[in-house]
Amino acid sequence: MDAPFLIAAAMTLLSAIAAISLRNVVHCALCLSVALLGLAALYLQLGAQFVGLTQIVVNVGAVAIVIVFAILLTRSSEESGEPRFNKGAIWAGLICAAVFASLVIAINSSHVSVKFSAPVSPLTVERIGHELMGRYVLPLEAMGLLLTAALIGAVIIAMKEPGGKGGAQ
Amino acid sequence: MERLDQIFVTLKAWAVGQVPEPFQVIASIVLSIAPIMLVFPGIFALTTVAERKLLGRIQNRLGPNRVGPFGFLQWAADGLKTITKEDIVPRNADKVVHFLAPVVLLVSALLAYSVIPFGRNMYAIEIDAGILFFFAVGAGTELAVFMAGWSSRNKYALLGAMRAIAQMISYEMPLLLAALAVVMATGSLNPNEIVAAQEGGRGWGEIVPNWFVFTPWGFAGCILFLIAAAAESNRSPFDLPEAESEIIAGYFVEYSGMKFATFFLAEYLGLFVISSLCVVLFLGGWHAPFPFFWCAWVPSWAWFIGKLACIVLLYIWMRGTLPRLRIDQLMNFAWKFMLPMALINLVVVAVWTYTRPWNYFGAELVRWLLCVGLLLAPYLLLGRNLLRNRKWGPRTYRYAS
Repeated sequence: MDAPFLIAAAMTLLSAIAAISLRNVVHCALCLSVALLGLAALYLQLGAQFVGLTQIVVNVGAVAIVIVFAILLTRSSEESGEPRFNKGAIWAGLICAAVFASLVIAINSSHVSVKFSAPVSPLTVERIGHELMGRYVLPLEAMGLLLTAALIGAVIIAMKEPGGKGGAQ
Repeated sequence: MERLDQIFVTLKAWAVGQVPEPFQVIASIVLSIAPIMLVFPGIFALTTVAERKLLGRIQNRLGPNRVGPFGFLQWAADGLKTITKEDIVPRNADKVVHFLAPVVLLVSALLAYSVIPFGRNMYAIEIDAGILFFFAVGAGTELAVFMAGWSSRNKYALLGAMRAIAQMISYEMPLLLAALAVVMATGSLNPNEIVAAQEGGRGWGEIVPNWFVFTPWGFAGCILFLIAAAAESNRSPFDLPEAESEIIAGYFVEYSGMKFATFFLAEYLGLFVISSLCVVLFLGGWHAPFPFFWCAWVPSWAWFIGKLACIVLLYIWMRGTLPRLRIDQLMNFAWKFMLPMALINLVVVAVWTYTRPWNYFGAELVRWLLCVGLLLAPYLLLGRNLLRNRKWGPRTYRYAS
């Protein structure tokens, strides 16, 4: 528990809480991106440079932007008058606690929790390439397929229908 | 000359040695950060004057000529003016986000400087994934632009922010892919190793430097990178997020005084740092261009600043000569031309790398012709088809009519 870890953890937790409790949707989205930044800081602290920086590029650079864009285009950013907690709050809280507890138990009983200091070999593009194209080729391809499907779906929604009046709204 | 080359490194080591032991780490950190925060805003101040003078020259007028000799102290007057101006925040604005936007923008622009090697042994931090770090901190820029546009509660600001974000996302792809070409060729994400890979020269008397811009893929990559960098930093001809004649100033229309100056500063710092990355990736970093003896007399940081100045001048020149694009032209150019070319460029890098072991007579020529052909053919085909399929006609509005 050193100071950088505490700062990053506090930043992640506080902004995550802010992201679910603030009234303004855009504020929530901005807090979410701060929380993702905190997660990236935690990765960096564990010596996982590539994962941490990719986390920032993808989640802060792309996902957060898409979220704010979607908020802007679909609904007004005025604060809604809805109550902060709805009827399902208790059930949701219970489910969250159960998931968290099972995660804690799973991690604690697995060999991951046994602390070992793996020698941090220098990050090379070659190694990343070998890992991605060798060991993790199936997840990579599955992700590629998923993203392609999403892309095609987005294009079809936005496409102008021939002869019709504009695309689907 | 060795001493002159390393003068800043030795100075820093000497200064760190002067402070007591427990504070040496902090002193070292401060002395790495402070020069970046002093030198580049200084260059920014000089660039604003140089830009106005040059644009004046291009447009056949004088430019600023009142303050100081030939108007070269104009930056001081401008600085004083912005500091003393009133800071106006719109009544309906989201105060916190409105305040944070220029801060986030400036911080993300300054952070990117930390991985650029400005000279031999001159860099703030060395991390293995330096190039990735550069693009990761660049992500803050887009968010800051959105924050500025949204929090102002002004339709022009919002329009400008949406244009800016659409443009930045579209051009980030070719920018990353152009940089990826260099990463593929060198096999490293570390800027220092990329610079080291461009040392020396080839040809008769090593007259052609080993910079990546003098390879087929490097040349294409450099051009793609420069175009995408202009779009990323909202420079003309891609300055439609802040088009004065259409949406008055885009996302920072509601900013005044020092906050406006901060936007201005961050924009130029972003331009300098992305040009610095271009120098590192394609123009040999701090290496001297020729193996002549006098080139070694010039310190490495001076070469770097010289190359940087050339690129910045190129951007000013472009601003003076090119008209602004329309939003659909901008998007079409990014997705239909830049992206395919950047992807083809990656294939060319692979071909270039795998044909390196060829060593029969004339292999170099065959290699060059192959790679140039692989780039030129799609360039011509794409260019022709995009120009031919363009339909001219009255503009139709889908949602506004």
